[in-house]
Amino acid sequence: MNALTKFYRKDRHLSRLIVMTVVWLVFMAVTKFDKFYTIANFQTIAGKFPEFGLMSLGAMLCMITGGIDLSSVGVANLTSILMALYMRYRAGESASISGLMIAEVFLLAMLIGCAAGALNGILISKIHIPPILATLGVNQLLTGIALVVTNGKAVSDIPTTFSAVINQKLLKVVPGKRGAMMGLIPVQLLFFIAAAVLVWFLLARTTYGRKLYLMGTSEKVARFSGLKVDRLLIKTYALSGILAALGGMIMLANYNSARSDYGSVYTLQCILIVVLGGVSPTGGKGRISGVMLSIILLSLLEAGINRFPEISSYYITLIWGAVLLLVMVLNYFAEHPITRRAKA
Amino acid sequence: MKSIRKFTGRVEFYIGLVFIALCLLIQVRSGQFFTSNNIVDILSALVVPGIFAIGEFMVIVSGGFDVSFPALASLSAFATTKLFLDMNYQGSALVPLLVAIAIGAVLGALNGLFIGYFELPAMIVTLGTSSVFKGFMQGTLDSKQLATIPQGMRDFGTSALFVAKNATSGLTSRMPMTFICFVAVLAVAWFILNRTMFGRGIYAVGGNAVSAHRAGFNVKRTRFFMFIFVGMISALAGMCRTCMMQQMHPTNMLGMEMNIIAGVVLGGTAVVGGSGTLLGCMLGTALIVVVENSMILIGIPTVWKDFFVGALIIIGTGISAMRVYIANKPGANSLRKEAVK
Amino acid sequence: MSEYLLRAVDIVKTFAGVKALQGVSLDIRPGEIHCLAGENGCGKSTLIKVISGVYQPDSGYIEFNGQRYTSITPRESIAMGIQVIYQDFSIFPNLTVMENLAFNTELAAGHKFVNRRRMKEIAREALSKINFNVALDRLVGTLTVAEKQMVAICRALMFDAKLIIMDEPTTALTRKEVSALFEIILKLKAQGIAILFVSHKLNEVFEISERFTIFRSGQLIATGNTQDLDDKKFTYYMTGREFENVKFKPSFEADKPVLTVKNLTVPGAFEDVSFDLAPGQILGITGLLDSGRTELSLALFGLRKTSGGEILMKGQKVEISSPRDAIAAGIGLVPEDRLSEGLFLPQPISDNIVISEIDELAGALSVVDSKRRQAEVDKWVKDLAIATPNPDNACTTLSGGNQQRIVLAKWLACKPDVLILNGPTVGVDIGSKHDIHAILQRLANQGMAVIIISDDLPEILENCSDLLVMRAGLIVARLDPTTTDEALVLQHMM
Repeated sequence: MNALTKFYRKDRHLSRLIVMTVVWLVFMAVTKFDKFYTIANFQTIAGKFPEFGLMSLGAMLCMITGGIDLSSVGVANLTSILMALYMRYRAGESASISGLMIAEVFLLAMLIGCAAGALNGILISKIHIPPILATLGVNQLLTGIALVVTNGKAVSDIPTTFSAVINQKLLKVVPGKRGAMMGLIPVQLLFFIAAAVLVWFLLARTTYGRKLYLMGTSEKVARFSGLKVDRLLIKTYALSGILAALGGMIMLANYNSARSDYGSVYTLQCILIVVLGGVSPTGGKGRISGVMLSIILLSLLEAGINRFPEISSYYITLIWGAVLLLVMVLNYFAEHPITRRAKA
Repeated sequence: MKSIRKFTGRVEFYIGLVFIALCLLIQVRSGQFFTSNNIVDILSALVVPGIFAIGEFMVIVSGGFDVSFPALASLSAFATTKLFLDMNYQGSALVPLLVAIAIGAVLGALNGLFIGYFELPAMIVTLGTSSVFKGFMQGTLDSKQLATIPQGMRDFGTSALFVAKNATSGLTSRMPMTFICFVAVLAVAWFILNRTMFGRGIYAVGGNAVSAHRAGFNVKRTRFFMFIFVGMISALAGMCRTCMMQQMHPTNMLGMEMNIIAGVVLGGTAVVGGSGTLLGCMLGTALIVVVENSMILIGIPTVWKDFFVGALIIIGTGISAMRVYIANKPGANSLRKEAVK
Repeated sequence: MSEYLLRAVDIVKTFAGVKALQGVSLDIRPGEIHCLAGENGCGKSTLIKVISGVYQPDSGYIEFNGQRYTSITPRESIAMGIQVIYQDFSIFPNLTVMENLAFNTELAAGHKFVNRRRMKEIAREALSKINFNVALDRLVGTLTVAEKQMVAICRALMFDAKLIIMDEPTTALTRKEVSALFEIILKLKAQGIAILFVSHKLNEVFEISERFTIFRSGQLIATGNTQDLDDKKFTYYMTGREFENVKFKPSFEADKPVLTVKNLTVPGAFEDVSFDLAPGQILGITGLLDSGRTELSLALFGLRKTSGGEILMKGQKVEISSPRDAIAAGIGLVPEDRLSEGLFLPQPISDNIVISEIDELAGALSVVDSKRRQAEVDKWVKDLAIATPNPDNACTTLSGGNQQRIVLAKWLACKPDVLILNGPTVGVDIGSKHDIHAILQRLANQGMAVIIISDDLPEILENCSDLLVMRAGLIVARLDPTTTDEALVLQHMM
C-alpha cells in the first residue's frame, strides 16, 4: 500500500491517467464484458489509433520545444495522396505491387514528411514566425496542394496489396473461424510501437533529448549555452513531419483511399492528446509515458462507447473534451491548494 | 511629419498597402473588382468571419487563443433554430437572435470560468470546450442538417439593406441586413476596447497580468466577462450565417478557427498579447476574405484557394516576423552618445 | 502624532511550515530614508508584502500613525499612503505613458469609462510631482529602464503617499541614473515622504540612507543610524561571517598571450577594441552600462556580428560567429543575466551543468553515458561546493550564489582557455561573492585566463591583474589595479 501511494505521488498526473484508464476498463468489464473484451475489438483499436498516435508523437516533440505543430494532418493527407498516385503509377495494369515497392513507397513518404516538417522548422527558426502560425500556414499550403492535385476528389483504386499488407495481423496463434489460425498483432500497431520506441529512446537516452527539454525551457539560455537551436528546431519539426507522413500512410491503408480532407479532426485531437498526456504547452516538460497513456485512454473510451449502440458516437468528442478539462482542473487544485493564497 | 512616420511604421499601414495592391491587381486582371455588386458581395462575405475575428482579436489581445468559437456558434445557432422550428415559431428574427446570444453567453461563461478563475491556458481550455460543445450538439441534440429555418429568420437572412446593380453586366447583389449586425458588433467592440476601463483592462491583462492585478484591475473578472462577450458575438455570427444560408448546417462552420486566427495575426495583432488594433484585425480578415472570394474573378480555379491562403499566411506573417526580429535585434539602435556628454 | 509613521512589530509569517519571518520588527519615522538590507531569502520581500497587505501575518501587528492593525488588505495599505515600487515596476509595456500613470487612480475612483482628458490631467499632474519630462503618448515599452522607473514613481505619488517602498530600485540602472534617482528620493524626503529603500549594495546604503535595518534568515539582526555603520559591521550583520578580502596576486607564469583581440568593432556598440590576455591573468573591463562592455563580451562569444578586427587564440586567427565556435576556440561566457541567459531554471541542476559539454559525454548513437555524466556532475557539485541535497533538483531550489556556481560549473566543464564573466556577482549574496572570487583567483593561478566585466569597482580592483575602462564604445584607459583607486577609475568612466 505504501509503495502504491509513493508511486501515485511520484507523478500525480500520470497516476490520474492510470486510475481513469483502470476505472474505465472496470466499468466496461461490468457493463459490456463480452462485447468489449474480445480480441477483434482490441485489434480494431490497435489498427486505428496509430493514425493519430503517430501524429501525436510528433506533436509531443514540437510541444516540448515550446512550439506546436498544426500541420500534421496536412502533411499526412498530402503524403498519402501523392503516394496513392505513385503506387497507381508504379503498379500500372497489374493492380499489385511487390513488398520491396511498398518499402520504397514508405521511404518516399518519409522523405516528403521530412521536407514538409523541415519547412516548418525553417520558417520558425530562421524567419522567426510563431510556430502556431507557421505550421498553420504550412498546413493550409499542403492541403491546398493536395486539393489542386486531386481536385478535391478521393484517390482510390490503389493496388490492393498495399492495404492487404498493412491490414494483416501477425503472430498467427489465435484460432479463428473454420479452424485456420488468426493473427494477433495488427501491422499498424507495429509501426506505432517502433515509432514510440524510437521517440522514447531519443528523449530519454540521447543528447538530442536532453537538449530538446532544455531548449524548450528557454531558447535564449540554449543559445548562450552553445546549442545549435536552429538545427534542433528544424530536426524536431522534420521528425514530426516524418511521423505525420507515416500516420498518413496508415490512414491510406485503413481507408484504402486518400483525400485532402481526411482526418481533419486529428489536428486538434493530437494537441488534446499531448496536453492530456501532461506535456506543458509552454515547453520543456512532458514524458512519452503520459502521451502513450493518453492515447490508450482515449482509444479505449471511444471503443467502449461504441459498444453502447444506444449512445451516439458523437458523445466521444464530448467525453474527450470533458476529460481534458477535468484533468486540468484537477492539476489546478493540486497546484493551488485552497488553503494557500496565490503569490502576488 | 512625426505622425506620418508613426503611421507608416505601423503594421496596419503595410497590410493596408498589400490589401489595396491585391484589389488593384484583381481589378486590372478582371475589371470586375471595383464594381458595385462585387464590393457588396465581398462585404457580405465578410460578415461572419468579421464578427468571429473581432472575438478572436479580443482573446488574442488578452494573451490567449480561442479555438472554440466555431463550435460555440454552431451549437448556439443549432439549438436556437431547432427550438424555434419545433415551436413552429412565426415571429420575427429578433427573439431567436436574443436566445442564441443568451446561449452563447452561457457557453462563453464556461470558457471564462476555466480561463479566468482557474487560470488555465486559453488555447487548451477552448480546445476542450470545443470538443464538449461539438459532442453536445451532435450527441445530445442529435444534430442533423436543418433544411428549413423559421420564417422570421429566413426573412431576416434574405432582406436587403439595398441592392447593388452592376450597370455593365446587369448582375445584382443584395447587401444583407446581417451586415448591420457586423457593423454594430464592430462599433460595440471598438467602444469597449477603447472607451471603457474593462476594455483597457483587456489590453492591460494581455500586456502584464501581474501588473494589471497590482494596478487594481480584477484580472479574473476581466477574462471572465470578456469570454462571455466573445461567446455572445460568436453566437450572433452563427445566427447570421444560418439566416444568410437559409438552412442550418451544424458542421460547416467547424474548422474556420484557423483562418480567422491567421487573419487577426496578419493584421498586426501580437500573438503574445497586449497589442493590436481593430483596424488591423479587420484589414487582415478582409485580406483573407478577398483572396478566398476573388480568385474566380481572375480565372484561378477555386481548388487553389487553400494554397493561396496558406501562402498568404506564411508570407504575411513571415514579413512581419522578420520586421519585428530586425527591429528588436540588439545593436540595431545606434550608439548612445549621451553617456559621453 | 506618534514618533513613528509605521511600526511593524514581532511579525511572524510561515509558509508551508517554513518560518519566513520569525518575529521581526521595523520602525520608520515620517520623512526618513530607511534602508532595509539582507541577503536573498532573508525575509525582506515577505515583510514588504505584509506591510502592503499582500500577505497576512501569522502573529504580530502593524502600527500606522499610532493606529494598530493586526492585518491589513492591499486596499487599506494604499489608503494609508503606502506605495510599493516593485523591481519590475508593475508597468504595461504595451500601453502609453498616460495610461500607465492614470490607470491606478481611475480604477481606485471606480470610473468605468475612459475619459482621455481626465486621464491626461492625472498623468500631467503625476509627472509634475518630480518634474519628469516624457511624451504622454509614448509606449512605455520604448522607454529606458530609468524612465520606466520614473513612471512607476510618479504613479506611486498620485496616492498621497506617506511611505514609498522601493524594492532594489538600482539593479538595472547606470551610475548616472542612480544619482538621478537619489536626487528624486531626496526631493521626496523634502516633501515629507518616507522612503523604505531595499538594497543589499553597501555603497548605496551608506550614500542615501539615514537609518538602516538588517535581516538575516527571517530575523532582525541590527537596526540603527547609518552613520554608526561601517563596511566590516555591515558585512558581518548581513552574513554572520567575517571576511578577509584577498587581493589577487598572479602566480602563473606565461609569456605568450592566449587571447589577442585586434581592432574589434561592432557597429553601434564599440569600436577598435584591442587587448592581449595571458594565461593566469585576470583582466577587468569596466564602464557604464552603455559603454559597450556587455556587447564586447557577446562579440567574443559569437553572439554579436563584428564588422572589423580579428580575434586570435594562441596566435591563431579564429572566426567566431556562434557560441559553438567560441566554445570550440576555448572561450566560455558567464552571461550578465543569470536568470534569463545563464540557467534553465526549472530543469535539474545536473543537466544545467553538463549541457554545453553533453556531446563529449555521449557514446555511439549520441547516447548519453549516464555514468560519465553522473561522475561529471558529482565532480562539479563538490568542486564548487554547490549546496544541494540532490543534483537532480531544479535550479529554482537554490539561492543566487549557488545558481551562479552552476553557470560557472557549466563553463568550467568545457575546459575553456579563456573564461569571460559578465557581472559575476550581481544578485549574489556576500558569502557566495567571496567564494566566487576565491574560485576565480584559483582558476587563474591554475593557468586559466579570466575576463571580469563589472561595474562593481571594489570587485574589479581586488580581483584583477589588469584593468580596461570603456566609455561610449571605446577603450579610454588601461590601468594597473595595484596603483589605482576607485575615484580614478570613475573619472575615466564618466
